Amino acid sequence: MKRNQYLGLYLIMAVLLVLPFVLPNSFYVDLAIRMAINAVIVLGLNLLIGFAGQISLGHAGFLGIGAYASAILPTHLGWHPVLALLAGAAAAGVLAATVARPIFKLKGHYLAMATLGLGIIINIVIRTEAVWTGGPDGMPVPAMSLAGFEISGDKHWYWIVAMLLSVSVWASLNLIDSPFGRALRALHGSEVASKVVGVDVVRYKVAIFVLSAVFASIMGSVTAHYVGFVTPNLADFFHSIELVTMVVIGGMASVYGSVVGAVLLTALPQALASFEGWETVAFGTILMLCMIFLPKGLVPTLAAKFGKGE
Amino acid sequence: MLAEFLQFFFSGVTVGATYALAALGFTLIYNASNVINFAQGEFIMLGGMLAVFFTQGGMPLPVALALAILVPAFVGIVVEKLAIEPVKGAESVTLIIITIGASLVIRGLIQVWLGKGTFSLPAFSGDEPLQILGATLMPQSLWVLGVTAVVVVLLWYFFNRTLHGKAMLATSYNRVAAELVGINTNWVLFLSFAMSAALGALGGILVTPITLTSYDVGIMLGLKGFVAAVVGSLGNGLGAVVGGLLVGILEAMGAGYISSSYKDAIPFVLILLILFFMPRGLFGGKSTDRV
Repeated sequence: MKRNQYLGLYLIMAVLLVLPFVLPNSFYVDLAIRMAINAVIVLGLNLLIGFAGQISLGHAGFLGIGAYASAILPTHLGWHPVLALLAGAAAAGVLAATVARPIFKLKGHYLAMATLGLGIIINIVIRTEAVWTGGPDGMPVPAMSLAGFEISGDKHWYWIVAMLLSVSVWASLNLIDSPFGRALRALHGSEVASKVVGVDVVRYKVAIFVLSAVFASIMGSVTAHYVGFVTPNLADFFHSIELVTMVVIGGMASVYGSVVGAVLLTALPQALASFEGWETVAFGTILMLCMIFLPKGLVPTLAAKFGKGE
Repeated sequence: MLAEFLQFFFSGVTVGATYALAALGFTLIYNASNVINFAQGEFIMLGGMLAVFFTQGGMPLPVALALAILVPAFVGIVVEKLAIEPVKGAESVTLIIITIGASLVIRGLIQVWLGKGTFSLPAFSGDEPLQILGATLMPQSLWVLGVTAVVVVLLWYFFNRTLHGKAMLATSYNRVAAELVGINTNWVLFLSFAMSAALGALGGILVTPITLTSYDVGIMLGLKGFVAAVVGSLGNGLGAVVGGLLVGILEAMGAGYISSSYKDAIPFVLILLILFFMPRGLFGGKSTDRV
């Protein structure tokens, strides 16, 4: 294992440590928190897209499951927030496994179709079952508490999210170099060849899909508690697309690419807010230009240019 | 009972015909390039919105409708030339993101230009409903079904009896082999984008007098067209038509008999069930992989 692959992780941790002391106001702290939340989701999704070669067009649905578990279970049933978070993650994992098992036996874009359908169904259920979810208006989320200590406000959440991000980057780097990660890379390279050397292709794909769904669900819960309010937009098709876009723009199969993609695309709508009405056009144009000129994504393209791998 | 069933059936086949046209568009582009064109829905929206814009601008209906098909076809060509051709052979996720980018640009431009309002188009031959066994059928539904039928026959003729059509089919079977026998596959790609944009726009125009239109109708219509294409086995033309009608009918039945608030969920439940139990769609044969 190369030592220098941790350089990026140390850099990220250093930035995360310094950031709260240099950010001018709470607007930027909020932006940093949302960047980090997205980065964790994208790390999980990138394992699926970049390493298993499969697309999920409904990942926001899993995010929604976590977010609404954290909103509904404590509010309506009096569950402890931690228990609600775990229940949401378990539900997302079970759902992902149920859907993926038959579909991974197929080739091509069928997972994209199935996850797209799943995401849209989850979103419609959230919008329709207003008694439980508040419908299109959304609902408030009770505060998270750990061991009698209530977590609220930018400061608390910043450090929690920063820690989650560092751990996720570290875990992803290790996962890729583990036997599990090698199997994943092998099956992205050639499914037939990896079958021949004894990789259980379907099992590995299902495992990585479930893992990425659980990542998304947990970060959905974190988002819900941090914002204190959930709306169905969190789980809509466009958000799923945004997440996939973060993966692709940062760079498929690149751990640091995930972080870069999440940071850039979370900041982009803020930067485009001044375009007044032209945001959608500008966002679409930037997407297309990035993909046409950097089809491999930012980090891998730059890494290749400067002659050093990750 | 029967009247109610017929009523749901009529509205189902009408919307289903639009899904069928959209699904044919997905199929054409998928066959030419293996790209799933997520901008397909925007061509449906463009057709409807442009038809409204041109007729309100005082153009005679036939001219307005012809323009509302030609302009989206031109947009399709521009998308293909500027965004798809330069990255041919890229990963499919990359291509999907590009088409999503294109759809955002098209939707955004229409939103800036024509606003967020909801628009309608007068029905082509009056609003006097026909009574059939107690159910009412709008004359516009007959337009939708009739034109779709004509288009399907024309497409069949095009693919089976003309050189261009056969070249497109050959490319979908095996791109390299098609190039070896001298087929210009770039031309095929070009043609397939123009044709699927025109088909989408046509569907959008026909259905606008019934369902109304606005800048954002393309997302759902496009996704349902994609569902229809997969239901009928992605890449199969006949399958796309049957898939479209099936999705439309089931959606209308579900909305009528089960729950209208879950109307939009029905196509997606259907596709999940099909992927579970008939993973290659209704018309997919067994396939073998080459190592």
